[in-house]
Amino acid sequence: MSDVAPITEDYTTDELMIVNAARQLGALAAAGRPVCFVGIGLPSTAANLARRLYSPAPVLVYESGCIGSKPTRLPLSIGDGELGETADAVVSVPEIFAYWLQAGRIDVGFLGGAQLDKYANINSTVIGDYEHPSTRLPGAGGAPEIAASAGAVMVIMRQSKRAFVERCDFRSSVGYGDGPGDRQRFGLQGGGPKWVITDLGVLEPDPVTCELTMVALHPGVSREHAVAATGWSLQFAGEVSTTTPPTAGELDALRVLQAA
Amino acid sequence: MSRISSLHDAVAELVVDGDTVALEGFTHLIPHAAGHEIIRQGRRDLHLVRMTPDMVYDQLIGAGCATKLTFSWGGNPGVGSLQRFRDAVENQWPHPLEIEEHSHAGMATRYAAGAANLPFGILRGYVGTGLPEHTSTITQIECPFTGESLTAVPALRPDVSIVHAQRADREGNVQMWGLTGVQKEAVLAAKRSIVTVEEIVDHLEPVPYSVVLPWWVVTAVCEVPNGAHPSFAMGYSVRDNAFYKAWDAVSKDRESFTAWIEQHVLGTTTYEEFRRSAGVEVPASV
Repeated sequence: MSDVAPITEDYTTDELMIVNAARQLGALAAAGRPVCFVGIGLPSTAANLARRLYSPAPVLVYESGCIGSKPTRLPLSIGDGELGETADAVVSVPEIFAYWLQAGRIDVGFLGGAQLDKYANINSTVIGDYEHPSTRLPGAGGAPEIAASAGAVMVIMRQSKRAFVERCDFRSSVGYGDGPGDRQRFGLQGGGPKWVITDLGVLEPDPVTCELTMVALHPGVSREHAVAATGWSLQFAGEVSTTTPPTAGELDALRVLQAA
Repeated sequence: MSRISSLHDAVAELVVDGDTVALEGFTHLIPHAAGHEIIRQGRRDLHLVRMTPDMVYDQLIGAGCATKLTFSWGGNPGVGSLQRFRDAVENQWPHPLEIEEHSHAGMATRYAAGAANLPFGILRGYVGTGLPEHTSTITQIECPFTGESLTAVPALRPDVSIVHAQRADREGNVQMWGLTGVQKEAVLAAKRSIVTVEEIVDHLEPVPYSVVLPWWVVTAVCEVPNGAHPSFAMGYSVRDNAFYKAWDAVSKDRESFTAWIEQHVLGTTTYEEFRRSAGVEVPASV
């Protein structure tokens, strides 16, 4: 039994999402797709955790122009000094978007937002009408071109009826548009969203309908719970797996990283 | 052409009511002190441009300096919303703010086109999003060589661009390093420019990844130590994360914001005085 990592239930939902995202990044790096375009918050934490846990490690690219950053502590902003000081190269912002993202040199990008719809389109612009919003959000930032050009996109978001909606109030970045064929019609060169990691489980686009479908639930989460936390008529994959709980080793590494 | 001047005199002469003004800086080297000087001198009706309007633009907007904002992401990184920006868009306070909204890639392309003296730039972007429907400065064009459909965005040509750099020499050559964002393009795209620097030195020593703006493309250089605080200047200071976090409470309501601006910005004459007034220390680089 010594090769079986001890399992603990003593973890937060943030830790659960971060660990599951990090595992996926580890698998991508092992498959020869290591280059991540990282934002701040949970994606940055997940990517940095994966860098500590896996070999080969993900390569971190930040939109501030840092390529191959190896921060020893978690950055608060995408331009923290640590990211530049530990990078293999630092380039200008026009260059990072044109030569690196647009040119197809990013394997996986991260997105999040206030709303996500069943075709994985994301809203980070406004709640309500654009001209008279009830809530003005920060805006699209790097998201439209990450969604368009990254080889694949990972979304990390808490699942709730308010956030997981039938249709976004505004489309800041494109997942699968209004369904099959839209990405090709728009001429988008990247692969689009492949994984949505939530506090309840993991959704993936259905290969035929492109609709986000629940493929895994976290331990202790019921189908009813997931349905109740989704604003569209949630479908489940033929076989729904249960994610492996975060191990003590994963949690230790994550907490050390966050305390640094 | 670049001349050494005080920040007060540079803003008095080069930033005019109604101008299109870009204060650039991508987390690093944000010209906060220059933003304060614009507020102190009471500039009005500005069209502010910036990829990532943050606390500085929140202050300019809340203080009533701006009537238009062209941008791609307006927030307090790692903290949350810009309260004054939101109040202007949602409730028209202190007055309506017209917005022209782009993506980062689009804004970077627009600055690069301006720097290259081209009328527009092209990118693969925006397609399928809601932005082209609301932003008239996004359109599709056909590649004359391949027939491929691409997105065109017009060049940005600010009346004045303002950036912060680590240092300049006595001729007015400017040197910046670390994350240099879109600052080179912003300065080259503008009709006039102001660069605040940590220090003015006799000779600029080479530094890895440094960007040098020669004296003949910069209008005015102003020595303003810590002028990027609470942003940072690599080699001189580190980011004052506590200040960014504290901004949320200061900017939360109109009264506390206005009192803060009146006491610490309008009630002082320099950034050094502002910092003493607000009781802020600049975290030094280790």
